[in-house]
Amino acid sequence: MKFKKALVAGLVSGLALTSAHAQNEEPINLGVVTFLSGPAASPFGVPARNAAELLIQEFNAGTAPAPYNQKGFGGSPIKMTIIDEAGSSTSVVTEFRNLVQRDKVDLIVGYISSGNCLAIAPVAEELKAVTFLFDCGTPRIFEESPKNYVFRAVNHATADSVGAARYLKAQKPNVKNFGGINQNYAWGQDSWKDFSGAMQVLYPNSAVTTSQMPKLFAGQYSGEISALMASRSEVVHTSFWGGDLEAFILQSAPRGLYKNSDVVLVAGETAMYRLANRIPDGTIIGARGPYGVLAKESALNTWFREKFTDRFNVPPNYTAYQMAHSMMAAKLGYEKAMAANGGKKPNSDQIAAAVRGMEYEGPGGVHKFALSNGHQAVSETAYGRTKLVNGEMTIVDVMRFPAEQVMPPDGLKSSDWIAGGMKSN
Amino acid sequence: MNFDKSIVRLAIVFIGILLLSGFIPQWALFMLTIACANGMAVLGLMLFLRAGLVSFGQALFFCTGAYAAGLLALKLDITEMTFLIIISGIASGLMAYVLGFLLAKYRGIFFGLLSLAFSMILYGLLVKTEALGSTDGFNVPAVTIFGWLPDLSVVRVAVLGMAFLIILLSVSFVNMLLKSPRGLLLTAIRDNEIRAEYMGASAKKTIHLFYVVSGVLAGLGGAIAAVAVGHIDPTMSFWTTSGEMIFIAILGGTGSVIAPFIGALIFGIIHTIAFSYSPNTWQMVIGLSLIFVILLLPNGLWSLREKFGKRKS
Amino acid sequence: MIDQILMVLIDGINYSAWLFLAAVGLTLIYGVMKIVNVAHGSFYALGAYMAASVVGVWVTLDYPPYLYYLALFVAALISGFTVGPFVERVLLRYQYEKDEVVILLITYALFLVMEDVIKLIWGVNPYFIVEPYAYLGNFSVGDMTYPNYYILMFGLAIAVGLTLTFVLKKTHFGRLLVSVIYDREISAAMGIDVGKIFVVTFSVGCALAGIAGAFTAPTISVSPGLGVEVIVLSFAVVVTGGLGSLPGVALAAIIMGLVRSFCIHYIPQFELFVIFGVMALVLSFRPRGLFSLAEARKI
Repeated sequence: MKFKKALVAGLVSGLALTSAHAQNEEPINLGVVTFLSGPAASPFGVPARNAAELLIQEFNAGTAPAPYNQKGFGGSPIKMTIIDEAGSSTSVVTEFRNLVQRDKVDLIVGYISSGNCLAIAPVAEELKAVTFLFDCGTPRIFEESPKNYVFRAVNHATADSVGAARYLKAQKPNVKNFGGINQNYAWGQDSWKDFSGAMQVLYPNSAVTTSQMPKLFAGQYSGEISALMASRSEVVHTSFWGGDLEAFILQSAPRGLYKNSDVVLVAGETAMYRLANRIPDGTIIGARGPYGVLAKESALNTWFREKFTDRFNVPPNYTAYQMAHSMMAAKLGYEKAMAANGGKKPNSDQIAAAVRGMEYEGPGGVHKFALSNGHQAVSETAYGRTKLVNGEMTIVDVMRFPAEQVMPPDGLKSSDWIAGGMKSN
Repeated sequence: MNFDKSIVRLAIVFIGILLLSGFIPQWALFMLTIACANGMAVLGLMLFLRAGLVSFGQALFFCTGAYAAGLLALKLDITEMTFLIIISGIASGLMAYVLGFLLAKYRGIFFGLLSLAFSMILYGLLVKTEALGSTDGFNVPAVTIFGWLPDLSVVRVAVLGMAFLIILLSVSFVNMLLKSPRGLLLTAIRDNEIRAEYMGASAKKTIHLFYVVSGVLAGLGGAIAAVAVGHIDPTMSFWTTSGEMIFIAILGGTGSVIAPFIGALIFGIIHTIAFSYSPNTWQMVIGLSLIFVILLLPNGLWSLREKFGKRKS
Repeated sequence: MIDQILMVLIDGINYSAWLFLAAVGLTLIYGVMKIVNVAHGSFYALGAYMAASVVGVWVTLDYPPYLYYLALFVAALISGFTVGPFVERVLLRYQYEKDEVVILLITYALFLVMEDVIKLIWGVNPYFIVEPYAYLGNFSVGDMTYPNYYILMFGLAIAVGLTLTFVLKKTHFGRLLVSVIYDREISAAMGIDVGKIFVVTFSVGCALAGIAGAFTAPTISVSPGLGVEVIVLSFAVVVTGGLGSLPGVALAAIIMGLVRSFCIHYIPQFELFVIFGVMALVLSFRPRGLFSLAEARKI
């Protein structure tokens, strides 16, 4: 019996210890979930965390520019609970539930991996937890089933590859063939599918030379680069990110890939700063939206860039922008709901109702929650070419494409929209 | 039938938890359900540990069971949990039966690494299959239990109850199996396979049989996880998932059929504590606790029972 | 046609060289100590990070570029010979009598710990030490350009292979090692200091992993998660070649490199399965790998 007692005592105190961490008094408890370990930490997770910390600090001090100058969320200070997004989807869902039910967060902003977004979206609906998916790209979240409590404050992945194709069309009237190298997992497969679909629409006579699909995190691309060079593609598309992107650039640039082909780095903006003098001039770079160096000049943008660079010694990359946008949308929605509720703390339904269809401005410009019953935001997207000026990486030939040209219209699935000719209404 | 006392005690604990479920927080019920799912897979692992074999690919069957359940629910609209469970078990059992022909020939580290290879091959296949969502996976719709669609407020308890039922049935079966002549052969094979064969037993057939049983158990666990989490993806077949299962097996020990479930629960607690208190170094926390358990409690937590347990006069 | 074959060959051999370097430490440790070192990937990462720091300093201090390679080598040795003996003495030493699996789990736990320790020391931001890679320039075959670094890696793989073979066959220490590989107990009974052999072997194995990491570092961005892929790949190569066999790991690396290169050029969709497919295929016909050590059966 002694053993059983000891075991039960141990289990109970274990469970108690896990719940002792929950605190919720007067402050707004904001849950933030992003990659703090693993390969996605350095290009995405940590810049996002930094942006979150910066914004929360500025919000709480009331020093953010209007309309974000109210202290905290509607006067209540924001307290951040941050957890690592790493782990299996089972563990991610478990921790999401723990955040909402045990730690009692009021709102959640998070999730980079599309798989995780898909896993927690139904749980957010079940638990009625207002969640802003800040980075993951898959359109499936809202296309597979409508949501009431889940929002995405930025474009989804379709805009990236379609935007790339439109940029090419605007600059090169004829493209005979194109190839690609993408990581062999959902993001890479979907990006390639979107891009090749969009290219077929814009260049009906073009052909695919080769589609290389190395394993995620392979790191060694000598064979793939040889195959791409041998294929003599006019255009090479890649949605590589993080360490893979950097390795690819380091390995392909010296071999002359960029001389023979027009290389499009769909998610290239994160590599720009660190690899500045290694990226050949004229490489087409995307930032998954009007973010980072592709952001338009504005007071908000200047404020964000200055504060971020001052505090973290590097300029904010597109993931930091996406986090900033999601935080700002959350703040605006919360305060709108609070005002509609007579100044009292709003519940999830009220917050969701306030965010639905909302238009808001962030450092990357104006975004509007226009799709999927007001849950999916749209914005313009931008692409440009790299140019090294006095050792500094700059972007030239920037072109912007309005939302209707890169995001599907409301009610139409992305894949159907591309197949149907990407008509903007 | 002479029921093992620990199984009876387990049943009492389960019934107790279900009765008190109104007082247990929802997130804790969820963690218990996941512990049940993992525990089932580890129960299968434990069978092998008794034979001196370690499977590094247990995740293969876990994943097969999960995908079977998920696909049936999503594509064929079969949402009755009992059917899903049964068919998942059959699917993973079949998979184990086929693979067993190859794997039953191997021992030691080769058994482990070949099973790892197969789990990674399944992973690769699933990642390549865009129709199944590749690495994003897909969601599992809500299930009915014996025809009843549980309301959102009680669905956690309902799924947990079902998991408990499956565990009790499985654990009783495994107990019976281990006490049978075939089961006793397992220990003989571990000690000295050649002598066991001289006795007339077939080591290969025994291991093949237990491979199938182990696969079925893991498949059932996968189905429970699919229903509880509501989402399936190929990571369920990745080597780190198998690694977690082995960790749980070591944590629990091989002393009893209920040890895997205790191990799974403790693992869940360690995992969430590590996440909450050290989000930047949770891997290190888990690694250190594993080292701690291995060095100080080599027979798993179950061995604590002997230290604190009843003294027989 | 010839240039197609040449292309596949060049890329294949380059990948094979990398596979060999990455896996050889693992097979050495298994052969002598019968340990599957899951932390092998972490030592690879440690070598890469150490190289990043050392070469980073080297470049800033403007030391001669042709000594880069020495710097890489030294960095790898430092990583292997400081952490290796520490781990072996503290964690592994008392576990040898236990099951193989227990030690494997300890190394798995070590891998988890090292991932975070590396992150704590070097942070999450990536390191670039491209100088050793860029310094060597390119060579051309037909109208394809390849970096001369490929030749360096190939040369390094050959050098490592030959050195290890020489040590095992011709030196006194090597002969002691072979004795321990075949039977630990009898070796101890005959007066061989097995403990010392274990420490040295483990450290050398870790240093080899470090060398692979250090010499790969100039071609990639050194960032967290670097070692995880390497673990699985190294296992596949080592098991296919036969655990503990040096010629085995070389042959397995060559086969896998060439098959993979062929795949990339002609059937890129199957690239995901190549490594494990070859492994499963080889193991179906030769259950213990291509070359395996003779083992006495205990009756």
